[in-house]
Amino acid sequence: MEDRLIVDFAQAVLAENDRMAAALRAEFDRRGLFCVNVLSSPGAGKTALLERTLADLAGQIPTGVLVGDLATDHDAARLRGKGARVVQVTTDGYCHLEANMVRAGLDALGLDGLRLLIVENVGNLVCPASHDLGEHARVVLFSVTEGEDKPLKYPTLFKTADLVLVSKIDLAEAVEFRREEALAAVYGVAPQAEVLEVSAKTGSGLEHWYAWLRERLQPRV
Amino acid sequence: MHEVSICAAAVRAAVAKAEEMGGRRIAVLRLRIGALAGVVPEALDFAYPVVCRGTLAEGSRLELEHVPVRCLCEPCGKEFSPQGAVYACPSCGVPSARIVSGRELELAQIELE
Repeated sequence: MEDRLIVDFAQAVLAENDRMAAALRAEFDRRGLFCVNVLSSPGAGKTALLERTLADLAGQIPTGVLVGDLATDHDAARLRGKGARVVQVTTDGYCHLEANMVRAGLDALGLDGLRLLIVENVGNLVCPASHDLGEHARVVLFSVTEGEDKPLKYPTLFKTADLVLVSKIDLAEAVEFRREEALAAVYGVAPQAEVLEVSAKTGSGLEHWYAWLRERLQPRV
Repeated sequence: MHEVSICAAAVRAAVAKAEEMGGRRIAVLRLRIGALAGVVPEALDFAYPVVCRGTLAEGSRLELEHVPVRCLCEPCGKEFSPQGAVYACPSCGVPSARIVSGRELELAQIELE
């Protein structure tokens, strides 16, 4: 044991990812592009929200979308033909997107002319929390069908949210959604986040989501 | 199970250093893990020997240092250790979003044989 050599690091395990994410963010800033990372559990309605968002903002905000999934390009297929450029990133079983996958996806997407980049992460409320993708903001969806205490069960991810969208609000009555309890859970766990209640189906509350996006667009370069 | 990729990243950095130091074998690898880092220690333990296989870290020991969450209450100007998922200040009860520590996910140290 006497000749053991101790080497101190004190460096982030994900330093490589963090460096690449910082480079992506710098590139987005240089291009005047606002990037959001959209996260939720599987089935909370990320793709439905984006389908509606792309259709409603078509011709107004030049938008690109990277769609992360473990397998299949079904989500990208749903989002195509709505005026935005869409590229599917398949993670081959990885439970989250990493900055290098975003980099590769962007090479396929092309950023010229875009003002908004939406990254739809893999449906998962655990693993994506640790990985910076170069985004400017994180949007976490939480549907009324998931249980009012979802933020309390997955605090790590909710604590990184800039905006929480309570989705499928049109179903609130049918599932006896306890709104006050859910909002209290979001506020308690994620006091830094703004909260909006939306329905991609009826369009309820979407004007606030669009306003949130517009406020964050960068000046044209 | 992103712990596999986290372990792999830590081992990659450690092995690069060990190679730089003349190819000495790694005996111990120490990680600092914040309670809010989003990783499960048991999953790291499970993944570790697998990602070490065939590298200078094969057969090494993984040691984890746990870092608890500390928050700052802005109204009170005091730091506190939160209990549970809601980081409510013990003095005033206001939930805090100012996390001072607990997000660490660091390669702290290695011991080379």
